[in-house]
Amino acid sequence: MKRVVITGQGTINSLGTSVAQTQEAMREGRCGIGPLEMRDVDRLSIQIGGQVKGYDPEAVFNRQQIVLYDRFTQFTLLSAREAIAQSGLTFVGDLAARSGVVLGNSGGGMNTLDDNYRTVYEDGKNRVHPFVVPKLMNNAAASHVSMEFNLKGPTFTVATACASSNHAMGQAFMFIRSGMAEVMVTGGSESMLCFGGVKAWEGLRVMSKDACRPFSANRNGMVQGEGAAVFVFEEYEHAKARRADIIAEVIGFAMTSDAADIVMPSKQNAARTMTLAMQDARINPEEVGYINAHGTGTAANDKTECAAVADAFGHHANDLMISSTKSMHGHLIGGTGAVELLACTMALRDGIIAPTIGYEEADPECALDVVPNVAREVEVDVVLSNAFAFGGLNAVLALRRI
Amino acid sequence: MPDSIKDKVIAIIAEQAVLEPSDVATTSTLEDLGIDSLGLVESIFAIEEAFDIQVPFNANAPQESDFDISSVASIVTAVEGLVREQTAS
Repeated sequence: MKRVVITGQGTINSLGTSVAQTQEAMREGRCGIGPLEMRDVDRLSIQIGGQVKGYDPEAVFNRQQIVLYDRFTQFTLLSAREAIAQSGLTFVGDLAARSGVVLGNSGGGMNTLDDNYRTVYEDGKNRVHPFVVPKLMNNAAASHVSMEFNLKGPTFTVATACASSNHAMGQAFMFIRSGMAEVMVTGGSESMLCFGGVKAWEGLRVMSKDACRPFSANRNGMVQGEGAAVFVFEEYEHAKARRADIIAEVIGFAMTSDAADIVMPSKQNAARTMTLAMQDARINPEEVGYINAHGTGTAANDKTECAAVADAFGHHANDLMISSTKSMHGHLIGGTGAVELLACTMALRDGIIAPTIGYEEADPECALDVVPNVAREVEVDVVLSNAFAFGGLNAVLALRRI
Repeated sequence: MPDSIKDKVIAIIAEQAVLEPSDVATTSTLEDLGIDSLGLVESIFAIEEAFDIQVPFNANAPQESDFDISSVASIVTAVEGLVREQTAS
């Protein structure tokens, strides 16, 4: 089996327009969640989110591109540009043929859908722009990345709600590990912060009106975010031969289904997935120093996740750190695992553990070291990243310092 | 008039529980009636639509919401209150 390493990373999200800015915000425990800016916001009962602000698409894309790139595609391309530039790779010949793209995304071009439904339903028009379909399809981002960088290997999009990015990165890992691909550009993106997107989430009554406070006893729900993060996964010998700067090694992955409930999480299966990821990585629970939690800030997720960690790790659950960076960037749904992997690479590379901010009150049902409010300097060798999606679909990645 | 609010609320809850309205006792809890968290959110939506009201309810902290869901009777009382406020405003 081949070894898989990360040689590039890029992002845009409410914390910053680069990895450096985002990791700095995570180190400082800064919050990217604020008042939403969008049409008809006064008709929303939830008016906060982790929105990418001060972003002008026309400054980075030309008119011909903007008519084809929904906001989630724009975020993906900007992240991919940063990641691939850092990797130093150019894709030609055999390498291009053996390199692909697998991205996580849940809603596709929600802004495009919202705008065009308005055109036909609210404005009563009988005609929409000819590129609505290629703009909103949720493989658009993966395809545009493959086109811009000449990636001709396996290329597709994974849609498993909040686990999309972790599933995508798990696929990328398995493609390289098995020898099917040399390099995979992977991660995910989401841009659901439009009127219809927020309105749909309001319906479930799980959203907070004021803040995302994972693991805190006074938590009152999740907060949506938007953005993307993209990574370059590369076969280890290939990266070593070209003396690439290796950020971290991906050592294991597991995915399971609860087969039980469409929205409620399962402690038993969350624990099972973490255990399977550790088995896949051939590590003992005691080696794991940090877990980037799914930590949505809902009543149901956080207590279930903490109980699952206690089950999977036994006594070691009290010695490891677990934090949820959703408290800072919000829940990016299909893109969330990708942005959260930046907290993992920061932990492994810089020895800095991103905090869970907004933590105000201890909850006996979440009695783990959740790194409350302030980042911590601790060297860790192995980390896990959790994602437990609606639909009962779980995906856990394991990474190691290199 | 209060009776009709009660009847409507019971009809909504009965439909969610797949029961006849006559089988829904006001002393029952939603749990007694087999209504889970999704069923509850759907019932609240149906109540909002039926009475044109906003029900203050967050599934993360049901006990802290102003809307008391501890029994069918408490839900009826809460809806009556919201309908009164709606008419007054």
